[in-house]
Amino acid sequence: MLVGVLFAQVLGLAVQVKRPTDSEPTRLIRVWAVDVVTPLEKALHWVQTSTSNVWHNYFYLRGVRAENRNLKQQIERMSLEQVRISQDADQARRLQALLAFKEQFISRTMAAQVIGSSGSELSRAVYIDKGESDGIRPDMAVITADGIVGKVLRVYRSTSQVLLIDDQTSGVGAILDKTRIQGILRGTPAGEVVLEKVMSDEAVPAGEMVLTSGGDGIFPKGLLVGRVTKVAPGSELFLNIRVRPAADLSKLEEVLVVTKIDERQAQPDRAGAARAVDILAERLPTVPSKPENAVKADTPGPETPGTVAPKGTGSDAKPKTASPEASAGSGATATRKTASPPSSSVAPSGNSSGTSAGTSLANPATTTGTPALKASPKPVKAKATTMTTDAPKPQPAVEDTPH
Amino acid sequence: MAVTYTSGEQVEVYRFSIPATILIPLTAVFLQAWLPLRFPFFTIFDLPLLVTIGFATARRSPLAGLLTGSVIGILQDALTHHPIGLYGISKTVVGFGASSLGIKLDVEHAGARFLLTIVFYAVHEVVYFMISRGLVGLRMAWTWPHELLSGVANAMLGVLVFMLLDRVKQRT
Repeated sequence: MLVGVLFAQVLGLAVQVKRPTDSEPTRLIRVWAVDVVTPLEKALHWVQTSTSNVWHNYFYLRGVRAENRNLKQQIERMSLEQVRISQDADQARRLQALLAFKEQFISRTMAAQVIGSSGSELSRAVYIDKGESDGIRPDMAVITADGIVGKVLRVYRSTSQVLLIDDQTSGVGAILDKTRIQGILRGTPAGEVVLEKVMSDEAVPAGEMVLTSGGDGIFPKGLLVGRVTKVAPGSELFLNIRVRPAADLSKLEEVLVVTKIDERQAQPDRAGAARAVDILAERLPTVPSKPENAVKADTPGPETPGTVAPKGTGSDAKPKTASPEASAGSGATATRKTASPPSSSVAPSGNSSGTSAGTSLANPATTTGTPALKASPKPVKAKATTMTTDAPKPQPAVEDTPH
Repeated sequence: MAVTYTSGEQVEVYRFSIPATILIPLTAVFLQAWLPLRFPFFTIFDLPLLVTIGFATARRSPLAGLLTGSVIGILQDALTHHPIGLYGISKTVVGFGASSLGIKLDVEHAGARFLLTIVFYAVHEVVYFMISRGLVGLRMAWTWPHELLSGVANAMLGVLVFMLLDRVKQRT
C-alpha cells in the first residue's frame, strides 16, 4: 500500500514537472485547497482589521493632533518639491518626445489585502483577496509604495497567489540606478535576494539603488526594488550581489496590483512641435537676444515673443517665455550668478531699466515664472558661467535657477 | 489515562471522530498558512507534520497513517506554488513510519514524543530535500544549524499539539 501511494504521487509529480504550465493537471486540487483555506483567512483578516480599525479610529487617538500638524507641514514641503519635479518631468518629456521614446506608465492599480501565505519556507508566495472576478490576471506586477513585491502567479475566483521576488523561482529584470548595470534579480533558497549576471569586472558600490529595468515584461521600468547590501566575487565570471528589498516582504499587509500598463510615446505639454534646437537652446546658459529685440523690448507695447522683459523695476519683473530663436546667434556678454535663493529665479540684477538684454534662456521652468518655483525650498546653486561675445554694451547679470 | 505498552498485543489503539479527523488537519494547514503573516518566525514550524505524527501514533495503523499523511501533505502542497507531491510524499513516509513505530514504542510520554518528533522531522526534511532536488530540480539549501533548531522547535511544539490531540482521541 505504501509503495502504491508513493508511486502514484511520484508519477503525478513527474507529470507536473514535465508539463509545468500547459493545462496544469493539478488545477482542481489547488482550487479545492484554496477554496477551503482562503475563506477562513478572509474571515479572520476581516475580524482583525475591523477590531484594529475600531481601536485606532475611535479609542486610541493619542498624538493625532501633533501628527496631523506634522503631516500638514510635510504636505506643504512636498507641494513645493512637486512643482520642481514636475518642471523636470516636463523637460524630460520634451526630450523623450524628440527621441520617439516609448514610456511605460502604470495607469491602473488595484489595492489588495494579503490574507495568507503558502505556509512553507521554501515556497515564498502569498495570497491576496482579489481574484479573477476583480480583473486580476496572471503575470500582473504586485507592488507597494516602498517597492516591488512580486507577480501574480495563479488566479482563482476571488483570490490570487503572488510569487514574491525572494522566491528562488522568481526573476526580475533589474538595473542599478547610477551605474546603469543590468542584471537579473533572483531569490535564493535561503530567502535572500541576489542580482545575477553582472560581470565581475564591473564596479558595483554597496548601497546603490536597484530599480526594475522593464526587460521582464512584467514590471514597468524604474520601480524601486531595493538596495545593494553586499558585493562579493561570485562563481565563474559574475559578481555575487546581495540586495535588500525595499518592501518588507515578511510583513506584507496591503499591496497594489498593477492591472494596466500603458505604453505611449511621451508628449510634450506645450503646444507645437518641439525641435532639438529648441530644447538645447533652453538648456543653454543665459544668452542675450539680438539688439533689435532688445530695442523692441525696451519700448512699450507688444513684446517680442521669446524675450523676457521685466516690467517696471527689477524686483517685480515678470518673465516671459524665452524663444530659442531669440537667443540663437545673439552676441553679448552675459553672466550667470549663483542663484541663492531660487526665489529670485529671474530677476535683473541691479538694472531696473527693464532691458531684455539679460534674457534668461537657461531653463523653461524659470522662464515661465511659476510662482511656486520661486518659493522652492531647496537652495540650488548654479555654476557661474561667463559668455563673452561681441555685444555692443555690457549686459546685466541675470540670476537663474539651474535645471 | 491511556496505558500503553511496548508489546504489540497490548497497545492502546485510539480513533478520532469524523469532525476531528477533518477539522484538525484543516485547521493545522490553515494556521500554517495564516500565522507566518503575523509571525514570520512561524515558518520554521510545520504544524501539518505534527498533526500527521500525532494522528499516526495514536491510531497505530500504518494504512491510516500513510493515507492521513498523504492527504495532509497534498493539501499543504496545493497552497504552495511547487508541484503537488513534495509534501505529499514526505508526509506519507512520515505517517507510515510514525504509525509503524507507534505499535512498538511507548509514545505516550512527553520525552518519547519529543524524540519521536525530532526523528520524524529529520526524516521529513531528508525526503523532501531528496525529492525536490532529484525529481523537481529545485535548489535547496541544507544548513545543519537551521535544521537542528527547527527540529527542536517542532518537537517542543509537538509535545503541546499531542497533548491537545489526547483530548479529542477516543479509545476503540
